[in-house]
Amino acid sequence: MRSILLILMPIVGSVVAALWPSNRTRPALLPIIGILHSLLTLSLFFDPPNVVLEDWLGFDALARAVLPVVSLLYLICSFYGFTYLQVRDERPNRVFVTSMLAVVGMMSAGLQARHLGILWIATEAVTLAAGPMIHFNGNARSIEATWKYLVVGGTGIALSLLGTFCLGYASLHGGGDGNLTFVALMQQGAGLSHSWVFIAWVLLLVGYGTKLGLAPMHTWKPDAYGEAPAIVGAMLAGGVTTVAFTAILRVRAVVGAAGASAIADQCLLAIGLFSMLVAALFLLATRDYKRVLAYSSIEHMGILTVGAALGPAGVAAALFHVWSNSLTKGAMFMSAGNIRRAAGSASMDEVRGMVVRAPYSVAIFVAGMFAVTASPPFGPFFSELRIVRAGFAGGHGTAVAVFLGCLLLAFLGFTRVVFPIVDGRPSKIVKESGKRFVETAGIIIPPLLLLCLSLWLGLFTPTVLQDAWSAAVAQLFPKS
Amino acid sequence: MNHNLNLLLDVAMGLNLVSLACSRLQTLIRVMALQGVILGLMPLVMEHDLDWRFALIALATVFGKGMVIPLLLRRAMRKAHTDRELEPFIGFVPSLLLGAGGTIAALAMVNQLPLLPEHTGSVLVPAALATILTGFILLIGRAKAISQACGYLILENGIYVFGLLLLKAMPILVEAGVLLDITVSVFIISIVVDRIQTVFDSLDTRHLTTLRE
Repeated sequence: MRSILLILMPIVGSVVAALWPSNRTRPALLPIIGILHSLLTLSLFFDPPNVVLEDWLGFDALARAVLPVVSLLYLICSFYGFTYLQVRDERPNRVFVTSMLAVVGMMSAGLQARHLGILWIATEAVTLAAGPMIHFNGNARSIEATWKYLVVGGTGIALSLLGTFCLGYASLHGGGDGNLTFVALMQQGAGLSHSWVFIAWVLLLVGYGTKLGLAPMHTWKPDAYGEAPAIVGAMLAGGVTTVAFTAILRVRAVVGAAGASAIADQCLLAIGLFSMLVAALFLLATRDYKRVLAYSSIEHMGILTVGAALGPAGVAAALFHVWSNSLTKGAMFMSAGNIRRAAGSASMDEVRGMVVRAPYSVAIFVAGMFAVTASPPFGPFFSELRIVRAGFAGGHGTAVAVFLGCLLLAFLGFTRVVFPIVDGRPSKIVKESGKRFVETAGIIIPPLLLLCLSLWLGLFTPTVLQDAWSAAVAQLFPKS
Repeated sequence: MNHNLNLLLDVAMGLNLVSLACSRLQTLIRVMALQGVILGLMPLVMEHDLDWRFALIALATVFGKGMVIPLLLRRAMRKAHTDRELEPFIGFVPSLLLGAGGTIAALAMVNQLPLLPEHTGSVLVPAALATILTGFILLIGRAKAISQACGYLILENGIYVFGLLLLKAMPILVEAGVLLDITVSVFIISIVVDRIQTVFDSLDTRHLTTLRE
């Protein structure tokens, strides 16, 4: 019941936002729902309900391992979003607030989906609801970004529907009744028709991989992240990708139960390393610091996928990385958004000396950069270390070497863009809206808090979280 | 029953080729809508004993794919000056040849796929593959935003045809959710198309090339 409420409450909030008359007070709905959602998640986390096996939705071990971080990220983002929408009160925010709350509700559904069809519906709904938020600024660039997002994302999600049908047919062809709950599919296991499972696996990997932003299906990501407001970037990179990643983990468990673990893991490893490589190379080329975050996100999705390929230990490390990446990336997106507004441009060719104009945001951005490029003692360092360890334990020496090489390239790419914009003499002020940029508490505390959480996660990874990740692994790899 | 279904599938495959050949956007929308109606009729001819659930799916599909979605697309392009696809990325003749070749290939390779005995005599799977291919050709080969949206919908039509294999197994709630999602996606796409028309004064996606490295 509480797990359904987790989905319904933001949806109700979304409807209220659509009907709310005042543009000035409407953004307050974001933190209100944020607080209620995270309280409910907290109660579910410490007192998990009994999940009926055949249920289509439920707060199971995998949802328990990832949903809290999405809720936490949204909570902190919602306060930033409230301040941001107050500052940007010249833009109508009805569509933005409505879409954001719908995204939160649908993400809660996607993370708890225990039925392949429901998972698809929730993911598609998240994709659609996020579209109007990318379009918030209403200019030519944001329309281009929205169109590419919808066309590429829509096609990807269409392929995952085809994959869903193929997995259903695998069940029918193997003598099953075409029941699409993950429990039923895993029980049928080796009884699923092999050739259809392979077709379904490829289609679902490509489909949900597009949502995740794995190369070569990543093309929408730099445009969308570059043009959308900061909290949209943070929610897409930390929340929506988590839905796609848990989808891949759930499907991977079915393919594993069908006895095709080896091939599935090879696919994941290859596409993960390829994404990391593509992202690292683009990081060395781009001149826009918001697009840098998008390529960094592609790289981290590659890291998650590599982790998912490395068996139980790798999946546990990947779940840890979901947490550390979401929190750190949120801090980066928000501080980058502050710098973008202070500077009036997102290109490193026009922006100089931001340490003078936005000192706090720059401090968070630079610290976040070290965190996200896996410098100790932040969370990403420890989660990536565990993935590397799982790689060595599994005998994937070459893959680990490529993995580390990509991390090094990404670090070079990051510093190449970040230090020039931070350092030097400020260029002439480019004014956008005529308002002087002030670093208020409302836009500094949220990213700072996320950064501290990332540090905390690295230094004192709580046992209760480690247990939650292990329980999720036990659900995905039964009997092992 | 298979005979009637195959007849409808043949018509749907024929409409694929028409959609690849036509240059007028209005015609393209009309062809797509007609294909949607034919798709909606398919569940009715698949079973002898008519279940109320199949009737409901058929009704929703005809209503959604045949009426609501074309209406939204027409509203999106009412401000457009031109209603023709003038310079497609892939010409009409090459795309027609591609589509025809793909249809023949799909019909030829169907015996390679492991199908249940009750599906072997039907052209369901090749029709699905040919329609998906047609959708991709339109999506990649056309420059106007509306044509690409139609390509996306024809792609979805192909997936719907494939989904008919699971008609008995798929619970109606899932079917309804899928259709609702697709309708909402067209709603959002049509708003963005409208915005593209307003901002760029054209429906040509060649204008959408500012964002790059």
